[in-house]
Amino acid sequence: MADASAPYRIKGETGEWEVVVGLEVHAQITATASKLFSGAATEFGAEPNTQVSLVDAAMPGMLPVPNKECIRQAVRTGMALDAVINRSSRFDRKNYFYADLPQGYQISQLYHPLVGEGEVEVLLDDKDESSTKRIGIERIHVEQDAGKLMHDQHPTMSYVDLNRSGVALMEIVSRPDMRSPAEAGAYLKKLRAILRYVGSCDGNMDEGSMRADVNVSVRKVGDELGTRTETKNVNSVRFVMAVVEHEAKRQVDVLEGGGAIVQETRLYDPDKGVTRSLRSKEDAHDYRYFPDPDLLPLELDEAFLDECRASLPELPDAKRKRYEALGITPYNASVLTAEVETARYFDALLEGGVEPKAAANWTASELFGALNRIGKTIEDSPVSPAQAAELLKLVGDGTISGSLAKQVFEIMLETGEGAEAIVESRGLKQTSDTGAIDAKIDEILAANADKVAEYKAGKVALFGFFVGQVMKAMAGKANPGVVNEQLRAKLDG
Amino acid sequence: MTLTSKTIAELRDGFRGGEYSAREIAEAYNAAVAGARLLNAYTVETPEDALAAAAAADAARGQGGSLAGIPLGIKDLFATKGVDTTAGSHILKGFKPTYESTVTANLRKAGAGMLGKLNMDEFAMGSSNETSTYGPVLSPWRRQGSNVGLTPGGSSGGSAAAVSALIAPGATGTDTGGSIRQPAAFAGICGIKPTYGRCSRWGIVSFASSLDQAGPMARTVRDCAILLEAMAGFDPKDSTSLDLPVPQWEAKLSSDLKGKRVGIPKEYRIDSVPAEINALWDQGIEWLKDAGATPVEISLPHTKYALPTYYIIAPAEASSNLARYDGVRYGLREEGVKTLDDMYAATRAAGFGAEVKRRIMIGTYVLSAGFYDAYFTKAQRVRALIKQDFAKAFESCDVILTPTAPSAAFGIGETTDPLAMYLNDVFAVPASLAGLPAMSVPGGLDGQGLPLGLHLIGNELDEQTVLNAGLAIEERAGFTARPEKWW
Amino acid sequence: MSVSHDQARHIAKLARIAMSDEELERLVPELNAIIGWVEQLAEVNTDGVEPLTAVIDQKLRLRDDKVTDGNIRDDVLANAPEAQHGFFAVPKVIE
Repeated sequence: MADASAPYRIKGETGEWEVVVGLEVHAQITATASKLFSGAATEFGAEPNTQVSLVDAAMPGMLPVPNKECIRQAVRTGMALDAVINRSSRFDRKNYFYADLPQGYQISQLYHPLVGEGEVEVLLDDKDESSTKRIGIERIHVEQDAGKLMHDQHPTMSYVDLNRSGVALMEIVSRPDMRSPAEAGAYLKKLRAILRYVGSCDGNMDEGSMRADVNVSVRKVGDELGTRTETKNVNSVRFVMAVVEHEAKRQVDVLEGGGAIVQETRLYDPDKGVTRSLRSKEDAHDYRYFPDPDLLPLELDEAFLDECRASLPELPDAKRKRYEALGITPYNASVLTAEVETARYFDALLEGGVEPKAAANWTASELFGALNRIGKTIEDSPVSPAQAAELLKLVGDGTISGSLAKQVFEIMLETGEGAEAIVESRGLKQTSDTGAIDAKIDEILAANADKVAEYKAGKVALFGFFVGQVMKAMAGKANPGVVNEQLRAKLDG
Repeated sequence: MTLTSKTIAELRDGFRGGEYSAREIAEAYNAAVAGARLLNAYTVETPEDALAAAAAADAARGQGGSLAGIPLGIKDLFATKGVDTTAGSHILKGFKPTYESTVTANLRKAGAGMLGKLNMDEFAMGSSNETSTYGPVLSPWRRQGSNVGLTPGGSSGGSAAAVSALIAPGATGTDTGGSIRQPAAFAGICGIKPTYGRCSRWGIVSFASSLDQAGPMARTVRDCAILLEAMAGFDPKDSTSLDLPVPQWEAKLSSDLKGKRVGIPKEYRIDSVPAEINALWDQGIEWLKDAGATPVEISLPHTKYALPTYYIIAPAEASSNLARYDGVRYGLREEGVKTLDDMYAATRAAGFGAEVKRRIMIGTYVLSAGFYDAYFTKAQRVRALIKQDFAKAFESCDVILTPTAPSAAFGIGETTDPLAMYLNDVFAVPASLAGLPAMSVPGGLDGQGLPLGLHLIGNELDEQTVLNAGLAIEERAGFTARPEKWW
Repeated sequence: MSVSHDQARHIAKLARIAMSDEELERLVPELNAIIGWVEQLAEVNTDGVEPLTAVIDQKLRLRDDKVTDGNIRDDVLANAPEAQHGFFAVPKVIE
């Protein structure tokens, strides 16, 4: 482990405890128009039971027919996670009863999943490039999502909406490689970013397109793995981290109190910040998995896999390395590749022919700062990559100074005008005309003869004062580099 | 000759030839249906449907489909839009699908009308039509000198009874472990289960998905060929549907079996079976020889394991397929319960009959943790061996001949031991497990005047040879017996 | 291997079928007879034999991703024992 900081431990009465975390992430395949085994639509937010086919409603005699694009997206996702793609896989039925499960079983893949082992590299500390950790992926399989139950619409009845029933899910199972809330959070964020790069899942955790089951166990360092609990359907990174922390502490308390951890399912209550047990002790589920006899084995050919591979975009890690190779700082490269929308913006910006380091700095501080302030996302940025490129090129070729650029940017945000147009119309071109600058310098120095004397006597800090005065007198339009040079020449020469 | 005595081929030819109208055919059968309620073969009568299809056929005279003018009985396992579809179960009482099964839609496209829905064993689980929520079907056949009510076989008991009692010219059935063939044998009619995947399962209430197949039941081999051609065909809505064109089975019918080898599997010679049945089998061999075939002894070594294999796999699949009957979205719902789980438990207890419950319990058990490998996976391996047995056998023969059932029709209420009931399908089940086409044709009557059937099993996709061999037997058996009308 | 009364009760629970003790009393010997009978499969040598999951020799067909279904709420709810405001209604579930 390259993590320089101290490992996460829970200090109990009997000593230090280590936390072991695995995540099972259910990611809806939001890239498809229709469901995994039915032709009904998958849009979020439709009127209840309007995106339900007879197959989704499990009417007598209905049969599943798999959606090619769902399989394709799952394969692409597996490839993006460096995972083994199983050319042969199979669907199995997971049998249990619940009102959101019309068939009385979920079509899933237990015995022969579509995707095998892979891994994700996460950066635990943005500012420390060596703080990487590899989190293993056990497998990914595709399965049906369940419908939605609502319990608060009626005093004695629960309402069932099957719109979500049958939507394709990828279940991404990690190995129990995480050892802290931070690692769990970093993994989930990275996974989400990759899914959004691939385009298979939009990662909208608040809309439910992605949720995590958090498996937590504790042990004394060096001991065997402890009994784990599973906290289901956690729908934000923040909550996942809170669950790890809370559940680990709870388990330590139980164990130190002489109790034993029950292998059970729990639910997180974000309002109270606690997890509570969902199932009674004796009711262990026996899902009686068996191959779904309504489906045949799934066989993928090379042509299909080749197309999946070819269709992958540049992924976050590769993009980050490419940015670093262009001279962008690791921190900036990390920031710029964290979200696919940012990366897209930045790639477009680079295509506009801007110097990479300057572009990175500007994007990470100026653009982000402005978007934060006006409450917009980068996709809704009032300044397009092309416009930003125009602005940055004006700085790059010396037409305007960096500080002037900030002003121009503000105007661009407000008016939507292009940088060149603004500089032209407002006459903001900075000058590198040494003659004009010299003249101004002479004026300033003449007007501040006392300070010149102080400077020459040793108060070198006054240099900045002179620069400022010259810039002010030239309404910021002087090329600061030239001002510096000329001032030096006049004062020191 | 009354219209209800005619075969489908005769009715088709007569209608096309202008001898009578489709309306006359429909009216004759509607009257016959209404006059035979004692048999309890129909659960729902739909005379208007038959008349409407007849009207369309008459209007389109000559331009109609292959079944224009032909009204049929439809087993209640097939979803029929707007018409009660209950699978013989209380849990689906009153369920009216908003959709039509692919098979019945195909029949309608061919011009057929519907006389009504036919009674059946609940969820197709049974060999005697005694487990239906509508009560048992009475076979139109009776033992000589007896008026003990007999079963028509099952699960397609209503279909078999209707065709043999001349209250339908033909009917749809389904066959999972013999449910077309055994009742066909008991009722003295023809019935064929095609290769698995020939007929779409979309819209057929599912019992055991890897075994269920729809098929026709009619009075002659030709009629079966006509019906099967209309029923079969690729359906993209069924992932297990065969993506192959439907052969012209009727046009290619030929009882000339020269050059064909008929396999006689030694494991099907069971001494405890009535001597008449083995004698009929021997007679069948002679008939096929007479048609030009060469009998060949073959071995299907795993035959005796077929029934237990079936009774692990079928209940397992059924236990899962029947989980959707939970009172939430359709069918029966028990009221006065506190929790959702209580509702499930009470609804399914009240809605399912004893045999269905038994099979769900067996199925749940063999899939449950700790037993899955020993029972279910084991059964799937034995199933593979059974299929291999047939593949090997078909290297040395073209069609296999066996008896259809180990007895003639038995009395209603006579068989109370579930296991004893299961043994009815001992000859039929292996072909189901292997997914092979198989047919029963009437061979003769036993000493008490009850029909006995002969069973033909063909290689994958070779319904033609099965039908041809069936035709050869039909021509030589000269089976013209019909049940004497007591109803 | 025989099924005990308790095991049978557990299976009935898994299958969500309510059963009285009397019913279970009657069912247990029937189940045991059937299970005892199917157990003869243990005699068969199945070493090296792959379980048969699909009886036809065909690859699973994948369909195009198009919205071809849905928007049939009336049909979906047509046979519902209890439907309210476009939902199926069931006895309240406490989670």
